[in-house]
Amino acid sequence: MKYIDEFRDGDSARHIAANIAAEVRPDTSYSFMEFCGGHTHAISRYGISGMLPANVRMIHGPGCPVCVLPIGRVDLAIRLVMERGVMLCTYGDPMRVPASEGLSLIKAKARGADVRMVYSAADALDLAERHPDREVVFFAIGFETTTPPTALVIRDAKARAVNNFSVLCCHVLTPSAITHILESAEVRQFGTVPIDGFIGPAHVSIIIGSQPYEHFAEEYRKPVVITGFEPLDVMQGILMLVRQVNEGRAVVENEFSRVVTPKGNLAAQKRVSQVFELRESFEWRGLGEVPYSALKIRPAYAAWDAERKFDLHYASVPDHKQCECGAILRGVKRPADCKLFGTVCMPESPMGSCMVSNEGACAAHYSYGRFRDIAVVSA
Amino acid sequence: MCLAIPARVVQLLPGCRAVVDLAGVRKEVAIDLVPDAQLEDYVIVHVGYAIGKIDPVEAQRTLALFAELAQGVAQP
Repeated sequence: MKYIDEFRDGDSARHIAANIAAEVRPDTSYSFMEFCGGHTHAISRYGISGMLPANVRMIHGPGCPVCVLPIGRVDLAIRLVMERGVMLCTYGDPMRVPASEGLSLIKAKARGADVRMVYSAADALDLAERHPDREVVFFAIGFETTTPPTALVIRDAKARAVNNFSVLCCHVLTPSAITHILESAEVRQFGTVPIDGFIGPAHVSIIIGSQPYEHFAEEYRKPVVITGFEPLDVMQGILMLVRQVNEGRAVVENEFSRVVTPKGNLAAQKRVSQVFELRESFEWRGLGEVPYSALKIRPAYAAWDAERKFDLHYASVPDHKQCECGAILRGVKRPADCKLFGTVCMPESPMGSCMVSNEGACAAHYSYGRFRDIAVVSA
Repeated sequence: MCLAIPARVVQLLPGCRAVVDLAGVRKEVAIDLVPDAQLEDYVIVHVGYAIGKIDPVEAQRTLALFAELAQGVAQP
């Protein structure tokens, strides 16, 4: 497929790997955080970490919307469908996120609750129009990539007066999460998470552009390379970060220039700001309450805001005691450091959110990397 | 979650809609967010919405970058 196959070519990957190996300085260690789950998945699936020199380490970031969705938010959705009898629509990813009392949306569905998995937010609005006698709620999660489609369906719901439709908005923002990581004690004081640069988001940046990251490069002296999700993109992004570190530079560079522009998609930004406004604070799994890190629906669209319509109040719920998702999302621990990893927590029966989506650090390591550290014994 | 794929626009429809082709699979998507999309453009499709447009010149430039030699290192 055009614009996919040529960015997955094995010979080119080996060529870029040789460039990285030739340019890294043996006396320097390079730790780069890939913010996005899409990059985490590519790094695991294509064996990219195995092609890097030993002194180049990739740290998985919190950029997986499913992974950072706190239990309390899933509980709100489950209560809506089980106690208030709504038809709850959502993307495939949130279906298996563990919630309170051993439940998840898919388990609620197994108990008879009307949970529908949709491909697009527009499908949820269609369901509402086809079932005027039912309350239909779209449980909306995702970063900036996924927010504009939600904004459009809320606009359409108002325009078409679909009054039995509402949205439980859990959309979160990338730049505030990166700031939170850079301000965290682990990075700033203890140095337990050394971050020498960021592989910047791919599809999020299509919407917001490359400019929002300039602050990180200037204020925190961290290089950022916006990078596509294909394996060659990731390899090239790592090479560009190595070069910035070697040259003592900290600027925003754009490897994904075939779609990402400095200002981003202005039409999409306009739609989003018409429908959404900043939330003062939002709880992220692993990061805790992060100020101004999420969106809520503007008062002009209050009739389509499930939180207002059903008078929902968020309550924080702690994670499973032994689950290390929080530390993994902050880059402090790796999946294999968690006692639950691969024993009771597996992709079919996730205990923590990082094992749910294939972009989660634990699921990616489980699917593609868990045998890598085990020595091969000849028979 | 941010999964999105490049697909070719093969038909423009009224109401900010278009048919895209992905290796033979055709699907109708919304192009509200990429209102200037033209026939034969490659758009990035995410949850049924085109969210961006591929610049073929930049794509070629990136592919050329992959083939570059290492910097400051003598090549055989």
